[in-house]
Amino acid sequence: MTASGSGIGRSVPRVDAREKVTGQARFAGDLKLPGMLHGKVLRSIYPHARILGVDVSKAEALPGVVAVLTGADLLDIDPYYGHSIKDRPLIAIDRVRFVGEPVAAVAAEDEATAEAALNLIEVEYEVLPAATTMQAALAEDAPLLHEVEKLRPGLFHGLGELRPQGNICYQHTIARGEVAEAFERADIVVEGEYTFPAVYQYAMEPHTAVAQWEGDQVTVWASCQHPYLVRAELADLFGLPVTDVRVIVPYVGGGFGSKSYTKMEPITVALARKARRPVRIANRVDEAMVTTRRHNMVCRMRTAASADGTLLARQVSLWLDTGAYADNGPRVVATAADAAPGPYRWESFHVDAYGVYTNRPPSGSYRAFGATHLQWIGESQVDEVARRAGIDRVEIRLCNLLRPGEEVRPGGKPLDADLVGDVRKIAEALDWDSPKPPGTGRGLGVGLLAAGARPVSTAIVRLQADGTALLLVSTTEMGQGARTVLSQLVSEELALPVERIKVPGGDTNVTPYDRSTGASRSTTLAGKAVQRAARQVRDELLAIAGEHWGVAPHALELRQGAVWYGGKSLTFPDLIHERFGFSGGEIIGHGTVRPEAGKGSYAAGPVFWEVCIGGAEVRVDPGTGRIHILKLVSVADVGHAVNPELVEAQEMGASMQGLGNALFEEMVFDEGQILNSTLLDYHVPTIEDLPDAFISRLVENEDGPGAYGIKGVGEGALAGVPAAVVNALADLGIKVNELPLTPERIWRALHASDVPQRQEPIFKENP
Amino acid sequence: MTEGLIGQERPLVTISLRVNGEPVEAVIEPRELLLDFLRDRLGLMGAKRSCDTQVCGACTVLLDDLPVSACCTLAYEARGREVLTIEGLAQDGALHPLQQAFIEHTAVQCGFCTSGMILTARSLLQDHPRPTRQEIRHYLKGNLCRCTGYWNILKAVESVAGSGRQRGRVGEEAT
Repeated sequence: MTASGSGIGRSVPRVDAREKVTGQARFAGDLKLPGMLHGKVLRSIYPHARILGVDVSKAEALPGVVAVLTGADLLDIDPYYGHSIKDRPLIAIDRVRFVGEPVAAVAAEDEATAEAALNLIEVEYEVLPAATTMQAALAEDAPLLHEVEKLRPGLFHGLGELRPQGNICYQHTIARGEVAEAFERADIVVEGEYTFPAVYQYAMEPHTAVAQWEGDQVTVWASCQHPYLVRAELADLFGLPVTDVRVIVPYVGGGFGSKSYTKMEPITVALARKARRPVRIANRVDEAMVTTRRHNMVCRMRTAASADGTLLARQVSLWLDTGAYADNGPRVVATAADAAPGPYRWESFHVDAYGVYTNRPPSGSYRAFGATHLQWIGESQVDEVARRAGIDRVEIRLCNLLRPGEEVRPGGKPLDADLVGDVRKIAEALDWDSPKPPGTGRGLGVGLLAAGARPVSTAIVRLQADGTALLLVSTTEMGQGARTVLSQLVSEELALPVERIKVPGGDTNVTPYDRSTGASRSTTLAGKAVQRAARQVRDELLAIAGEHWGVAPHALELRQGAVWYGGKSLTFPDLIHERFGFSGGEIIGHGTVRPEAGKGSYAAGPVFWEVCIGGAEVRVDPGTGRIHILKLVSVADVGHAVNPELVEAQEMGASMQGLGNALFEEMVFDEGQILNSTLLDYHVPTIEDLPDAFISRLVENEDGPGAYGIKGVGEGALAGVPAAVVNALADLGIKVNELPLTPERIWRALHASDVPQRQEPIFKENP
Repeated sequence: MTEGLIGQERPLVTISLRVNGEPVEAVIEPRELLLDFLRDRLGLMGAKRSCDTQVCGACTVLLDDLPVSACCTLAYEARGREVLTIEGLAQDGALHPLQQAFIEHTAVQCGFCTSGMILTARSLLQDHPRPTRQEIRHYLKGNLCRCTGYWNILKAVESVAGSGRQRGRVGEEAT
């Protein structure tokens, strides 16, 4: 009994491509409901202020305005949400904590009227002292963002009640051995202080939600990555059973973490509740920027090594600015801690990671968080050790890298990847051993990202009476190709062509539970559930056929949409007819994935270690400080590639985002106000920023936890690129300790006599 | 600000134009944007709203064969002219070669940039049937894509441009 669909390992065209090239694919903002109103949000102009009063009477009186929502409309519910820490009201109640925080929302017959009504709302503020940087937030006399003894736990991360220490909302430490002793013994110590900027994910489709109440039930169409977590938070906020909240996810125009967890859905639902009509809220880019972003970070790191380049110990302190509300901050803090040591065989390490509240817009997930923050720092120190020890920078990695099965950090999953092989592939693609053209620098970076989030996914496969199959799974199609890849898994198991498998969008009333779409988990975890669901269908088909011929199922074969016994065959429609005695009915298979060991907590995770690796060859214009990328190299250590071209597409996309993060992306703040809140001022990579050459290599060692040894990719390259570029610059003698690598910074580094040093450390003492 | 117009008698104008080859006549407010006109009045949802500032290209449509950002173009400016949206590109169900190439080269991911990207490329190839790689990059600079990293888009456009490049492993060849 073998499945011969050969559905995996082939680069079949995307199942959604035709809809997308013809303009037929529908996104949340394309939806029009009868009577739908347009919502606009009035946002705070102060980073920190008490709200003394909100007068909406003039706005309400404007013709075309149907409802104006303020905090006063939420007295009948507990209006706080937040999946890790329940610290955020869905609209400001009595206080605003960042520039851009929603203060009121208007629903009107058209968008222009709603926008005009915003100007008629009068808000009286009492401005409060603000902590708009981490330095300010960690000062002894800092204003407190959340003056509570205990922070309330959110629904999902199992953090319990946290006691904030000042403005530190979350702390995570990982450690092994005694670092002090190793540093005393070390021949080489590299240390420094580094900063990483706030970055905007720029999913091209800004957050969009449409909410429609019918009695006590609400339906929400949303551009969200995690429909089931949104459903749970909405049910919790509005006091409803989850079955009365329906979340439907059309195609999503890019996520990259910006649409993970709950974003604009609560305020949209609350506005529709007040207006008693369907409401759509569609963010604009400046609003998306204050909805979520990547954490800016300050990090101190030191690395100890012996004279021969053996890595001994690493000590790291890092502070991540989670903004006014935690959002996914705690998870980012924990993942950053996991990424900080780097994938080496340390005698000892100690990492203290902190999440800090500030009066800035909240920070959450962005592709390869934690790893992107830390890898360029750790890898630049490994390169520096190699230089001081006088050994090759690839060689030092081959000697010190963890091998498969070795402990990465206490309590976590042992290493499940061949990092030595991966580094060799990068080096080979960079022609590491051949002489460099004059004026060029080469660098590489390798690291690990705790991936998979919680391993909870379910799927249903429904084989229909005509031999087509419906795959019900709540993984969000946001560009990564989930619907294509998951179809291929069903194809493989049922020997059905991909064209005969349909995957509708996520709908919590139709498609079964999936924890989330992120953390590179879908092909691995949702895919495993899909495989199990398809196998149930397959087993039932074989049982029906076995009964028909009076033979054991193992004597049978599945091929070309039929079950075969020697030269005889029964098609799937035949078998369904046989089962139901009728030309109807269907065969349904269920698949479930749940934690096989531990509970999937921060400490017990991850499901797998995603390899973050990249290489770069660069040149620098000494006159302008501009970096030219000659070559970018990535390795996708994917376990088993279901669709090799889609894997490469993920690698290329992540690499270009990595280039943006490395070279020019930075949200610039002044007193908590973003100064570059349009794409005119916030530069993301264009097609002209392409490197001259891009090389992507697949590694398929079948060492992942998914079906056929699959493990996730799609994020790692983003973390690998900044590390590779920073190390390529150092190869040219240009040492940097802050990103992005703007021409000005590079020019200054070129013209400084040594490493650019700040006059004073950013934090004078550990908070 | 806009409140001056709200709640008052607003001036209206009649425009006639051709959209995807069909004549269209409509009574509009002079301030109405071409993007809203296409999406809200005609139900043509292929052009997308993203940056609102003529940077991203997601709202690109062709006005007399030249790409414009519909988010920053008044519908009034299209009077008497020919608008082509992504919905009008396929002829009798047969995809345009660029649409086919975007499918074959996996140049589509989330799809939000795709309509604008294809229409801009169509305009380029109409004027310059055999552009160089540099010319393609320069011409497509006004269309952002956050998913693909652009390589596959470049390959797709090159394949239609007939610039002689073989389809191979992505990006392996240096320029």
